[in-house]
Amino acid sequence: MQRQRPDLPSADKRWKLVNATMRRNGYAEHALIEALHSVQDAFGYLDEEAMTFVADSLDLPLSKVYGVATFYHLFALKPKGRHACVVCTGTACYIKGAGALIEGIEQRFGVAPGETTADKALSVMSARCVGACGLAPAVVLDGTVIGKLGTEQLVARLEQEIAE
Amino acid sequence: MNLDDLDDLADKYRQEAADAEVEVRVCMAASCQSSGAQPVYDALTAAGEATADAPGRKCRIKGVGCMGLCSAGPLVAVAGPEDGLNESVIYRDVTPDDAGEILTSAVDPKASPVARLHCPSDLPFFARQQRVVLEHSGIIDPNSFRGYVVVGGYSAMVRALTEMTPTDVIAEITTSGLRGRGGGGYPTGLKWSTVAKTPAEQKYVICNADEGDPGAFMDRAILESDPHRVLEGMAIAAYAIGANKGFVYVRAEYPLAVERLKTAIRKAKRSGFLGNHICDTEFNFDIEIRLGAGAFVCGEETALMASIEGGRGQPRPRPPYPAESGLWGHPTLINNVETFANIAPIIREGGDWFAAMGTERSKGTKVFALAGTIVNTGLIEVPMGTTLRDIIEVIGGGIPGGKAFKAVQTGGPSGGCVPEAHLDVAVDYDSLKTLGTMMGSGGMIVMDETASMVDVARYFMEFCMSESCGKCVPCRTGTWQMHSLLDRIARSRASRSDLTLLEELCEVVQATSLCGLGQTAPNPVLSTLRYFRDEYEQKLTTPSGH
Repeated sequence: MQRQRPDLPSADKRWKLVNATMRRNGYAEHALIEALHSVQDAFGYLDEEAMTFVADSLDLPLSKVYGVATFYHLFALKPKGRHACVVCTGTACYIKGAGALIEGIEQRFGVAPGETTADKALSVMSARCVGACGLAPAVVLDGTVIGKLGTEQLVARLEQEIAE
Repeated sequence: MNLDDLDDLADKYRQEAADAEVEVRVCMAASCQSSGAQPVYDALTAAGEATADAPGRKCRIKGVGCMGLCSAGPLVAVAGPEDGLNESVIYRDVTPDDAGEILTSAVDPKASPVARLHCPSDLPFFARQQRVVLEHSGIIDPNSFRGYVVVGGYSAMVRALTEMTPTDVIAEITTSGLRGRGGGGYPTGLKWSTVAKTPAEQKYVICNADEGDPGAFMDRAILESDPHRVLEGMAIAAYAIGANKGFVYVRAEYPLAVERLKTAIRKAKRSGFLGNHICDTEFNFDIEIRLGAGAFVCGEETALMASIEGGRGQPRPRPPYPAESGLWGHPTLINNVETFANIAPIIREGGDWFAAMGTERSKGTKVFALAGTIVNTGLIEVPMGTTLRDIIEVIGGGIPGGKAFKAVQTGGPSGGCVPEAHLDVAVDYDSLKTLGTMMGSGGMIVMDETASMVDVARYFMEFCMSESCGKCVPCRTGTWQMHSLLDRIARSRASRSDLTLLEELCEVVQATSLCGLGQTAPNPVLSTLRYFRDEYEQKLTTPSGH
């Protein structure tokens, strides 16, 4: 018997992308992580509406979806700022001063990794290792890897990005 | 299709590309891209088009994979179409403004290299390497199926499918003495034969590309530089064990590797090298990509399978091992990226050829990622049994800024630190274990005299604490307690009894944790205690100091 799939939460076209990912995987349980990736790609984060939609579509309890969403570091449950700065805290970057970069950002913008500034201009995150160890300390700013930066240079760069 | 047909195909592709007499190869792997390789590539392409009709050698601009010397990126190599890295003229720290000069020198066979950018390819960094896994890395275009076939790609798979039985394949791998490159060092041939012997309708092959060790980027570079090589290894494995479905579980943090892998799978399918009736044989094999989502524990095989099934990546007790009951309860073969990348040359050259390299119990070569305070950071491949001193001082170029060497950390959060006194040890699985560390996947972080070893131990414990999945108590609670003890020591607020407690806790967590993450989490503490105990002692407060 064919189970009734839930309607898309709204007319927002991005839901179609999410639905397409689940359909491509036959709405199977194992499509959960792929579906959550697709929500995050489309909307930037996972909210309750999205998780409920995914749970209903894959016929899973919401608790399971929430459990998976909170287990993996990459999934964000809160919206991010306009700019995202990921500081790599892998071993090579740590040895070469990733800690100073994080402190510098905190002093200038008042946000620690995992937080977003009140004006939603900047989100700061830390990553385990972005694999750019040759460029340590590395930072991923809005998807672009920047290496070998000092704290002052990084803060200046962030100020410039936010001002634009 | 048999081997002769494949040779003909490779010849055809070679003829079609024969118009170029010289290649200008631009490293387009992640590290060089971060240093600005794309604008360099664009500038070279534009300059190449502008001078296409000029006299001199015909030149092709080609995006390639990792050449290894990441700290000097963006790297550009000028070489004949058949030349390897050591025969190339290598340029370092190239900017778009250098494009014209590089091309002018490339098209004129009598011109000397651009001296100001030249990075001699007879440097120990290049000359002392032995490239097996990385043989095509930095030479072929990773997005080109044809490029891979021209250098002999897929000939090992076609040979296995048309001239060997599954038993022959496993026998060859067993002869080679290849051991798992993910860190465990389990004999690959034995693993394959266990899965092959388990009777089942459905079996799976999984490639573990969840390279979570901070400071390790070998697998990323292999996937970005030579993705077909990994697919070929997986297909040979599938044929040997009787599987028809494979997964590559790759970190979402490696978008470029994912993209190139997707392209490779699509092109291999379109050319009939993956999918149904591969190369007109009865063998069917399909590969899907599964993205991780940032959980270190998913590198553990049972957690990885739980993640592919769509759940929280938490490990489960073994046995049953994946070889008997893995993905959805079916027999499953899990190997690391570098392990699969070793398969094609073993089938091509024979197990004995492979076994002639390396040490008695660790055969072949190993790819290492050199990082930290060292002159040449990047990717290297050396025979097993090369000494740490050779790797760090000769190939790596030693410590920059006139500082003294203090320790090299191998094996990531599961490994340990090796001090100066043991640098002459020949690296293999067993020698590193004797030193209280492990091979791990191949990350090597070099630290100079300014590094505090207590701090390093605390760093790794913080890592294990936040990456603990929370399933078993020793790991969940133990790593938290060990971290708070280390934090107190690092802040000079701990007493001698705290240190005793820490050592006891190390033993308990090691002995009672469910999976490798917890069992090895104490290693960085134990190894720094073993070689740098005085640094801990100096930070203890005396009883009267309270």
